[in-house]
This record gives sequence, structure tokens and C-alpha cells, in this order.
Amino acid sequence: MLIAEDLRKSFRATPALTGFSLTVAAGRVCALLGPNGAGKTTAVRVLATLTRPDAGSGSVAGVPLSDVKAVRERIAIVGQEATVDEILTGRENLVMWSKLHHLPDPRARATELLAAFGLTGAADRRVKTYSGGMRRRLDLAAALVTRPAVLFLDEPTTGLDPRARAETWRAVREVAAAGTTVLLTTQYLEEADRLADRVAVLDHGRVVAEDTPAALKARLGGDRVELVVGEEDFAGAAALIGGEGDPETGRLTVPGGVAELVAVLRRLDDAGVTPRDVALRRPTLDEVFLSLTGGPR
Amino acid sequence: MIRDALVLTHRGLIHWRRNPMVLVSGLTYPIVMVGLFGLILGSAMVVPGGGEYAEFLMPGMFAQAMANGLLTTSVIVATDARRGVTDRVRTSPVSPASVVLGRSVTDLVNSVFELIVLVACGLAIGWTAHGSLPAALTAIGLLLLLRWAMVWLGIYLGLSLTPEAAGMGWMVLLPLTMLANTFVAPEQLPAWLGVLAEWNPLSATVSACRELFGNPGADGKVLPAVLWPLLIIGVFAPLSVRRFTRLS
Repeated sequence: MLIAEDLRKSFRATPALTGFSLTVAAGRVCALLGPNGAGKTTAVRVLATLTRPDAGSGSVAGVPLSDVKAVRERIAIVGQEATVDEILTGRENLVMWSKLHHLPDPRARATELLAAFGLTGAADRRVKTYSGGMRRRLDLAAALVTRPAVLFLDEPTTGLDPRARAETWRAVREVAAAGTTVLLTTQYLEEADRLADRVAVLDHGRVVAEDTPAALKARLGGDRVELVVGEEDFAGAAALIGGEGDPETGRLTVPGGVAELVAVLRRLDDAGVTPRDVALRRPTLDEVFLSLTGGPR
Repeated sequence: MIRDALVLTHRGLIHWRRNPMVLVSGLTYPIVMVGLFGLILGSAMVVPGGGEYAEFLMPGMFAQAMANGLLTTSVIVATDARRGVTDRVRTSPVSPASVVLGRSVTDLVNSVFELIVLVACGLAIGWTAHGSLPAALTAIGLLLLLRWAMVWLGIYLGLSLTPEAAGMGWMVLLPLTMLANTFVAPEQLPAWLGVLAEWNPLSATVSACRELFGNPGADGKVLPAVLWPLLIIGVFAPLSVRRFTRLS
């Protein structure tokens, strides 16, 4: 469980958070989505007690942010770069962190985590020889030695190839399934869509929308049919099927799904018009993002 | 806290063991300096009050190597901070004091190796300790005390600078380690430089080592070599711990 209430933070004259409020239920994955400079990293750093807010309050697993020591016992953070030690082996890394957290049996915990993250085979190799995805998984494992209530991930898959990204997503989902609350920041809309139960869109330091990925997409309306016709056919086609049109590009858009697509094509065919291109479009999180954050900048 | 420090020391020592090139390159510099100054420039050097230049030089070389350790410490600390290792430690219940303590023990162990190699170099070019064994061990202790002061200063700088800026530190450090009684006696320098060299904390350690090793150029003072490092530690140890725990 993670709660932020009206958090504010400025760096000199530059506001980073301007009233950031968010609630993430226990065991859920919430993605913070926003353009560069929207305050994503600052939000995570404030909630992880690395940055002190100017105003506002929050709590992590029921503990107020002001109780820094108690919060730190309940959280873990994975930053943008893998913090595992390259010169040590995977096992040595996990044993070291387990020892630093004074676990009763560091070796057993390391073995357990290596198995959970599919690293048993590579456990005694130096991390230097690991692939990007393996490093990220080891990084997650190192963050989880203490079984934190809340895990913060700052752009967990930036710079990873698609395969490593999929591996990381699977690992994060397993972490959440085991009951850990996850707050992650990302620039990849696909990541938010695939990984998160809830998406919070951040702009100018505050949450401008917060919902499930499906509900956010539904806000833009449902499916629609998009077709492109030749210049000479545009006026006639627009009169036949209605909807929005752009004479410059010859693009016509009407709301509706497969049934509407068939109906539109039949009507055009009857009138002797063959479209140059036709597509059934579903709203993407990209469009949601652009519509909420005032378009590209 | 001690236990955490030991865990982190162990990590640091594994680094040296698996990455011996870092150690080797760290040792090459003082060996080259001993060769340059002891053998090449040494032939043209005059020691005030008489004596072999190699005998005069080696205490300076030992102390300079300890001072240069400042670079090693600050670059490692700055790199850990850049890579987020520091943030992860901060958000864990690990005590910040044990982190810096672990760093300092690792660096001290490394410096002991450095001193062993330098002593061997010194013996090879004609330097010897003429004093008693306890006096020689005291000198080694004072050198490590200086190194320990550099650890705290290095941690503070490493947390304040980027790894690149910390790496450039030698441009400042090299003249500072030479603007002392390391290579020449201060009275041989132009008057104003001589005053700076006399007041350089490094000079205190060098003088004390000359005294305790029974080498030429000693001025009979040992106490400043204890006080200067303690002063640096007294200022920068609390500052380092505070900088480590401080929230932005």
C-alpha cells in the first residue's frame, strides 16, 4: 500500500512536483507515465525517502514518509542502472546484500532468490558475463532480499532489448503476484500497458489521469474505422459515410468496429469507390498520453 | 555496524583480487616516480646537511603515495554514487557509518601493499631505516594515518563530484604533493614557496618519517604528523557521514 497526498517539491525555482497525489493498493503494479521532466523520478525519490518533499504527506505500507528509518525497512529501489557488482558473482552479490540486511541465513536466501529469478545456472559466474536481462533480474533479486512491502522501479527496462524486456516484465509480475506493491516509472507506453494494473499519467508534476490501461483507452472512445480515398473520391465518400475527414490526406474516420467496417466498404463499393487504404483502429496508450499531456512538445 | 563494515570490506578486497590490474597500475606510478627521482634526477640533487638523496627521497615517496590514495578513494566513491549503489544502500537499513568504514578499511589494506612494494623499491636504490624497529613501525603507522585522513577527504569529495571530475583530481593533487618537503628541502625553494611547503600537511608526515627512519633532512618534529591527519579526519569524517545521509 502506497499513498501520496499533495506532495510538492521544487529544485530552486523549478517545480518538479506540484501537488502529486496517488494511491496504489497492496500487491498492485502502478506505472507512472509522463514526458521527460514531468516529475516521475522526483516522485519516486520522494516516496523512497531519497528526497525530502517541500510540502505534502505520504505513507508506505502504513508508515508515514517522515519516519525515514521505518520506511526504509519496508521498501527497495531499483534505479535506472543496474547496481549489482560486476566483479562479484550473482550469488556473491545476493549473499552480500542478505548479510547487510542481517538475514539469519544469507546463503539460503541467495539460493532461493537465484532460483526464483531463473539464475541458478549462472549463479557462480561473474556478473560481467551476464546479459542485460540477467543483470536486471539479479538487480531485482538483490532489491528483494528483505521481501519489501513496496518496490520502486525507475525505468526498469530502459536500454534493454525486447527479449530482456520481456524477461524483466515477467520477473516484475511475479514479484507483484507474491504480494509486493510495485511503483514503476516508464517512458514506454507498451510497458505500462503490458505490466501495470493501473496507470497514472503525470504532467507538470501532478497526476492528470489515473485508471486501468483499458479504461484510459476507453476515454478516447472505442474502436474506429479509418480509410484513405483518392482526392477525386473524397467529397463523395465523405457524404456517403459521414464521420471526420481531412481532404488534404484523403483520410476519413468513423467510429465503430468490424460491423461498421464491412458496412462502410459495402456502401463505397456500391458507389464504385475503392479506398486506397483501410484499417480498423483501436486507441493506444500513446494517443491517451498525447491527448492528456497536451500533445507532443 | 562493524559486521556490515566487514561485509563491505570483503567486497572491496574481492575487487582487488579479481581485478589485479587496478592494483598493478596503482603501484606502477610510485615505482616510476622512485626510478625517476631516485636514479635520474637524484644524481643532480643535493641534500641539505649531507646524505644520500635516496635516503632523503624515500620518506617523501611513501607519504606522496598515501596522499595520492585520495584519488583512488574519491573515484570509487563517485562511481558508486553515479551507478545508484549509494542510493540503494541509503534506502536500506545499513548504517552509513559502516559503509564509509568499510571503504576506509579496504583502502588501508590496499595501501599496506603499496607501502610494501615501495619499501622494496627503496631498499633496491639504497634506502634503509636506521632507527629502531618500533620507530620504523611508528613511521608506517603515521603513513597509514595520513592515508586514513585521505580516505575521509576522498569520501567527501567522491560524494560531491562526478567520477570524471574526481578523476581529474590529480591535476590539483600532483602539484600539492610536490609543493612540500617531498623532493627538496623547503629552504632550497624560493622563500614564499618554502613557507607553503613547510605548512603542507604532507611535509609533517614526511619529516616525521625521516626522523623515525633515521634518514637525512629530519627536523626532529613528529607530533605534527599526528595532528594534521587527525584534524582532517575530525573535519571530514562527520562531513562525509552527513553528506551520505543527507537528502537532496
